[in-house]
Amino acid sequence: MSERSFFVIGASHHQAPLEVRERLALVSEEGLRADLASVCGLREFAVLNTCNRIEFYGVAADGAAADAVQAAFCARQRFNVAEFERIRFRLTDRDAALHLFEVASGLDSQLLGENEIFGQVKEAYATAQSLRSTGAVLNRVFQKAFQAAKYVRTHTGISSGQVSVANVAVDLASNIFGSLADARVLILGTGEIGEGTARAFRNRGAANLAVAGRRLDRAAEIASALGATSMPFDEREARLSDYDVVVCSTAAPAAVLNTATVVAAMKKRPARPLLLVDLALPRDVEAAAANLQNVFLYNLDDLATIAEQNRSAREAETARCRDILSQRADGLWRHVQPYLAEAAHADGAPARRNPGPAGQTASP
Amino acid sequence: MFADLSDRQWLWCAAGFYVAGLVLGTVSLLRGGRTSGVLIYATILAGYILQFIGLGVRGHATGGCPLGNRFEIFQFTAWSAITLYLVIGVTFRSSVLGYFTSCLGATLTLLSLSIPAWDAVRRTHIFGGNPWIELHASLAIFSYGVFGLLALTSALFLLRHFSIKSKHLGGWFSFLPSILDLDHIEVRLLGTGVVLLTLAMAFGSVYWLRDTATVGHVKLAATVAVWIASAVAFGLRVGGRLLARRFAWACLVLFAAALLSLEAVDGSRHPGAVQTSEHIAP
Repeated sequence: MSERSFFVIGASHHQAPLEVRERLALVSEEGLRADLASVCGLREFAVLNTCNRIEFYGVAADGAAADAVQAAFCARQRFNVAEFERIRFRLTDRDAALHLFEVASGLDSQLLGENEIFGQVKEAYATAQSLRSTGAVLNRVFQKAFQAAKYVRTHTGISSGQVSVANVAVDLASNIFGSLADARVLILGTGEIGEGTARAFRNRGAANLAVAGRRLDRAAEIASALGATSMPFDEREARLSDYDVVVCSTAAPAAVLNTATVVAAMKKRPARPLLLVDLALPRDVEAAAANLQNVFLYNLDDLATIAEQNRSAREAETARCRDILSQRADGLWRHVQPYLAEAAHADGAPARRNPGPAGQTASP
Repeated sequence: MFADLSDRQWLWCAAGFYVAGLVLGTVSLLRGGRTSGVLIYATILAGYILQFIGLGVRGHATGGCPLGNRFEIFQFTAWSAITLYLVIGVTFRSSVLGYFTSCLGATLTLLSLSIPAWDAVRRTHIFGGNPWIELHASLAIFSYGVFGLLALTSALFLLRHFSIKSKHLGGWFSFLPSILDLDHIEVRLLGTGVVLLTLAMAFGSVYWLRDTATVGHVKLAATVAVWIASAVAFGLRVGGRLLARRFAWACLVLFAAALLSLEAVDGSRHPGAVQTSEHIAP
């Protein structure tokens, strides 16, 4: 049947495992856009391409346009169409809009409530706009998606709290020092955990970072990549008082910071708090250091527990978020549907008299 | 219509707004959302303006700064604390401080309004036309208002400290400002309070030296004790001897001592002209 509709077709981490998503990752986004621009009946389109999803949003004059989009993508990726049909989802109209709302809000993300996807959706929309492939429908749907995403992120707990150990450590530092721009951070240990935590601090505005490890060359390498300074491991005790946050993640068999060392450091800086984040197993910091005034000690279990609590809190908010987004999608669709019908009439195609149940799921 | 309102009616309206700020914040927190800083700020501002009008009407009737009885002192202390909040609240960007300020404003104003005995006797022209004594009294009470806000900030500090030490970071605790921010504000507020109280003491001492019999010993001892305690606390904090939790507790004790000293101040006041509340027209 020939009728104008808004659709989304794509695949995400829900249906496609990592090895399949690797094959779905767009090789040439520009080339595909050129292919889509020539699809007959495709009035508007936008491509959302992230490491966890490839999605095509479009406004089509007829149902065949969505099939043509799928075919163009599979051809460009040299991906078997039948295989793609097994893993892809396809939604139309109000359900497609709701899906975009959920994606932009982080509800559809692998890491529930994450913020990065919002920027990625904005970028996808901006690109489509710059290429003039959006029109009245996509403009309205995307803008409403941004509003809805901002609303649920502000008015619900879907994005509150951090869900990774490194980010929980950074949040903790913010709870003590406020802005991290002036906080001095020392990373003890040059393993993957130490490097990841250092990166998390850097990404959240910590400007004064130092890395120390038994292998000074490795410490220098990490420091260089992060714009930090490196420090010989043996100087850690003497220079402990210079730092506000110390992240320990060494593989040492015994504590590398004992209570006496921390006491000595605090005597030099009594008014300034010291946060010790011990991510090592066995532990790098003597537990008794937690009892000192103005010293805060968190170990791996403490941080993991907080991350898990935050994850559970976010999950508890999903139903409320979905309700809010569903209402907003209904509101949006009440405005968009008459426009689509009118546009279809102008195209010469029969307008929908009864849209029936909103949207459809055509995936197997 | 508004011209017919008495000073106490204006002050009841002000207390209503402070309670509204408290209710707004509580409902928002119970629902698990962040309190709206702008809304709470606006509510407190409305209450502040009404309280200002009420105190103005009272001051006009009593012929000076309204500090003639315990009711007026509590009202003026609340007003002083809120004055400072309205100034620093904008830069502090903490709706939680607004919430606690509503709490302080509501408590002090409602307490003073609900005990008629505190306002049964009004002293008029208590400063005997001496503007320096009036300045001394208003500065002293204003500094107590600063100590009130300091006590609130210290309470927030202790809550934040507890949350981090006990590893409970979520829920209501997540809305609290950082430890370092709260500590900086505590030091600034205590410094401001000490400066104001020192000025008040300086103005008062000039008057006292002229005629030592006019000031009761109990009042003198109480106010000097509060002044010394605040100056010592500030000195110890700046010198790094009184820190973190202990400093916060000291600030709370200081405010409690300041409130207790008001009893001595009010009790040993020079009688001046005394009127019962019925004798003052609205």
